[in-house]
Amino acid sequence: MIAELGHYALALALFVAIVQATLPLIGAHRGDAAWMALARPAALCQFLLVAVAFGCLTHLYITSDFSVLNVAQNSHTDKPLIYKISGVWGNHEGSMLLWVLILALFGSAVAAFGANLPPSLRARVLSVQALIAVGFYLFILMTSNPFDRLIPAPPNGNDLNPLLQDPGLAIHPPMLYLGYVGFSMAFSFAIAALIEGRVDAAWARWVRPWTLAAWAFLTAGIGLGSWWAYYELGWGGWWYWDPVENASFMPWLAGTALLHSATVVEKRDTLKGWTILLAIITFSMSLLGTFLVRSGVLTSVHAFATDPARGVFILVLLIIVIGGSLALYAWRGPQLVSTGLFQPISREGGLLFNNLVMATATAVVLLGTLYPLLLDAVDGGKVSVGPPFFNAVFIPIMIPMIVVMAIGPLLSWKRGDWRAAVVRLWPAMIAAAIGAVGAWALVTDGPFLGIVGMALAAWLAVGTLVELAERVRLFREPMGRSLSRLTRQPRASWGMTLAHFGLAVTIAGMTGAGAWVKESIQVMAPGDTVTLSGYEFRFDGARQGTGPNYATTLGHFTVFKDGREIVQLTPEKRVYNVSGTPTTEAGIDSLFSGDIYAVVGDRGTAPSGKPGFVTRLYFNPLVAWMWAGLMIMVAGGALSLTDRRHRVGAPTRSTSAAPAAAGAD
Amino acid sequence: MTRLPIPVRAVLLAALLTLGSVAAPAPALAVNPDEMLPDPALEARARDISKHLRCLVCQNQSIDDSDAGLAKDLRVLVRERIKAGDSNDEVIAFIVDRYGDYVLLNPPVKKSTIVLWAGPGIVAVLGLLALFLFFRKRRGMTIASAQAPLSAEERARLAKILDGDQK
Amino acid sequence: MYLLPLVLFAVLAVYFAVGLTKDPKIIPSALIDKPAPTFDLPTIPGRKGDGFSTADLKKGQVSVVNVFASWCVPCRAEHPYINKLAEMGIVPVYGLNYKDTPDAALNWLRNLGDNYTAVGADISGRVGIDWGVYGVPETFIVDGKGRIRYKQTGPIVGDMLETKILPLIRAIQGGSQ
Repeated sequence: MIAELGHYALALALFVAIVQATLPLIGAHRGDAAWMALARPAALCQFLLVAVAFGCLTHLYITSDFSVLNVAQNSHTDKPLIYKISGVWGNHEGSMLLWVLILALFGSAVAAFGANLPPSLRARVLSVQALIAVGFYLFILMTSNPFDRLIPAPPNGNDLNPLLQDPGLAIHPPMLYLGYVGFSMAFSFAIAALIEGRVDAAWARWVRPWTLAAWAFLTAGIGLGSWWAYYELGWGGWWYWDPVENASFMPWLAGTALLHSATVVEKRDTLKGWTILLAIITFSMSLLGTFLVRSGVLTSVHAFATDPARGVFILVLLIIVIGGSLALYAWRGPQLVSTGLFQPISREGGLLFNNLVMATATAVVLLGTLYPLLLDAVDGGKVSVGPPFFNAVFIPIMIPMIVVMAIGPLLSWKRGDWRAAVVRLWPAMIAAAIGAVGAWALVTDGPFLGIVGMALAAWLAVGTLVELAERVRLFREPMGRSLSRLTRQPRASWGMTLAHFGLAVTIAGMTGAGAWVKESIQVMAPGDTVTLSGYEFRFDGARQGTGPNYATTLGHFTVFKDGREIVQLTPEKRVYNVSGTPTTEAGIDSLFSGDIYAVVGDRGTAPSGKPGFVTRLYFNPLVAWMWAGLMIMVAGGALSLTDRRHRVGAPTRSTSAAPAAAGAD
Repeated sequence: MTRLPIPVRAVLLAALLTLGSVAAPAPALAVNPDEMLPDPALEARARDISKHLRCLVCQNQSIDDSDAGLAKDLRVLVRERIKAGDSNDEVIAFIVDRYGDYVLLNPPVKKSTIVLWAGPGIVAVLGLLALFLFFRKRRGMTIASAQAPLSAEERARLAKILDGDQK
Repeated sequence: MYLLPLVLFAVLAVYFAVGLTKDPKIIPSALIDKPAPTFDLPTIPGRKGDGFSTADLKKGQVSVVNVFASWCVPCRAEHPYINKLAEMGIVPVYGLNYKDTPDAALNWLRNLGDNYTAVGADISGRVGIDWGVYGVPETFIVDGKGRIRYKQTGPIVGDMLETKILPLIRAIQGGSQ
């Protein structure tokens, strides 16, 4: 009954979306206020209906209704409640439902908070949003219905993949989707602007909060996924350049470019065509990710249970949405006239350079990710494109950007003086030198890239602070004046400072964790000790235990430094009852200088001949900096969102064509 | 099973288990102490080589990361070749002879991968070129607009401003 | 300029469409048209009959090498077809028992039938690596000179034997004789 209700609500949502996708659009074209006004109630109603459908599926999971195929395939009565709930999106059908739920959520947010938007723009935005939704509702209803029944119902379910039964992974997909789908807002605004033939500063300000929110969520989502891989997979890795990871990284790169180019549109009334294109590309990358993950065209896991019909359906959807929007762009794009002029060396120039690098990076990741597919399509053979390729091409692209990131914000709009900016960056240069020498002196046997990474991180961190100091005129004016300037800084500026500083911290973390890991693998008997990077790990033995739906081997380590006890670690090796899948839960202690990381494995015989366990011990330098830096970046995005000027719908469009906010900074 | 867009080592493992056929029951951890070479220098070479070889059954992991049976066999084989005195290149060639270029996570530069390796450079050069053209066009516009006579609209606006001043 | 993104996407879409028709999991063998690896394996301990070695493949006739294991679920589905092929008597069908325990393998063959001309027990999996084996079951067609001409990854089931394997065998037989 509940399943049928959910199914029915979803079908109703499709019809509401069809209405929302057509009537307001026609109304906006004809100038019919009543038809345009339909968009808001329709968007709210559509969200309500999807929420009902999502609630129904969640209910089916919580009550373990195995007469529903999806629940039977992905749940089990012994599973803890939180994983029954996260199991809703731990599978293809349910995750698609989450996808449309978030899509409808964003639409209804525009409907609810977009009171200041011009009615025609709002109507068009909501119609475009609904057009996307129609495609996805059809996809779910026709190929991936989560409410399909299974008769007769099995006595129990197949359980959720144990590796997904983890708090990090429970919230990772919703975060990621808030990011992916959030970019649909920028897309809808871009399409609406193309239809209206008008892009101005006010438009850029309306788009910005949505893009910022999506970017912050995506950053958090990627960070969570990476963190999960780090602690759950048991070998301290955090990024693998897997096609599916790349699928989330490409929208992030394009979205980052979009954030920066939208600033130029807002402040300087230029780069309009490019910004619109970026908005389309960013969301296209989200859609592409969906295609790659769910169609089985790449060697990803998903290949094994993929229904070819789904791949074809998504491809058609892709062609309609991306192809259609790019065709519209080809048609209407040339009409977007940019007025603001600027010199190559200027704030705009710096932002444009960011765009160039981010766009190149997106293209490179796309090329590497798709290359096996492209080559196979022309029968060119099978090829693997793995981390060595991506590291070799991605890092050199990023280095100049990090260098420019410190300089750009110090340049003035229109025409900057790079010499003056570089002179003012002397503290950053000193910091970079200290970073390089320090890295070289502390880690004598590390790779050269480690030295480069630390120098860049120090350069960017201090460069960002220099820019902040310049903004508040530190040491140029009395301290009190500077302080009061500091408190009056707009939150958006703080957001930029935080995001750039966070990236510097993240780079330091990635450098440490990537270049200087220390690892030790051995069999240890109780009482054995291993010393790694100055930390002495004593293995105290392991005992057996049981969890709600698994059996576990709990290892116990005591870690000492200079004879003093620092921490006790209890890594686990679990075997889940239903699937028999083993998982590892690393024992981790995060210190400022790095993570102490221990994993326990199978039984073995220690070199002393005594019985023991296989253990892998790591010291991962600075790894916590990576997550801390990502959190700082997300905080920067969130802070920027609370800026008065970015509040949803806050700006009203000035009647003149002149940029409304050119002098705002 | 799951089809989530997550960093999918997890699901890779799940796939491995589902496919089932490809590997005998696997140990829980990748590199195990009993496989390792006593000489740290040789072992370090083995680790480095292993990180560049793809585990065929798990699709996107290196054999150094994978706990699949075949990955273990290949790790052991790599170490045997090293002990037998092979250079790194010889070890890799030994594996490639059997499994093809597909096992190389770092694709070799050859005719079929030229687009892959040249691509990033081409994209970067095209980007810089576009940037250059953009600024050149803009400079032309600045000069042109500075020299061009006022448009009708501009004249009207100017007249309005002047009028306003007179009032 | 404004048309460029659309054109690029159109090209990409064509590739995607073609890509949907391909299976990324199938990796072609690096050994096609190369001599079969050199090996000499005893048969499964306890099984009557011969072991399996490179010499068997150089007797001037086309032969089929089937890699199987008792722990491999799809092998079970495939085995009746392998038996059928062996019964036809067109080609000798050799078995390579990959990374198996002798008892389990013997039991498996007893239950499902053993029509192999000879079986080699590759307990360590080392010979399998020489053959480039990565996903059992795999089946190779080797010509009379001992060169590997074709590799099938995954089980031969349904009409694959009639529509794919037998025509290939006949073609290779026709070509080499």
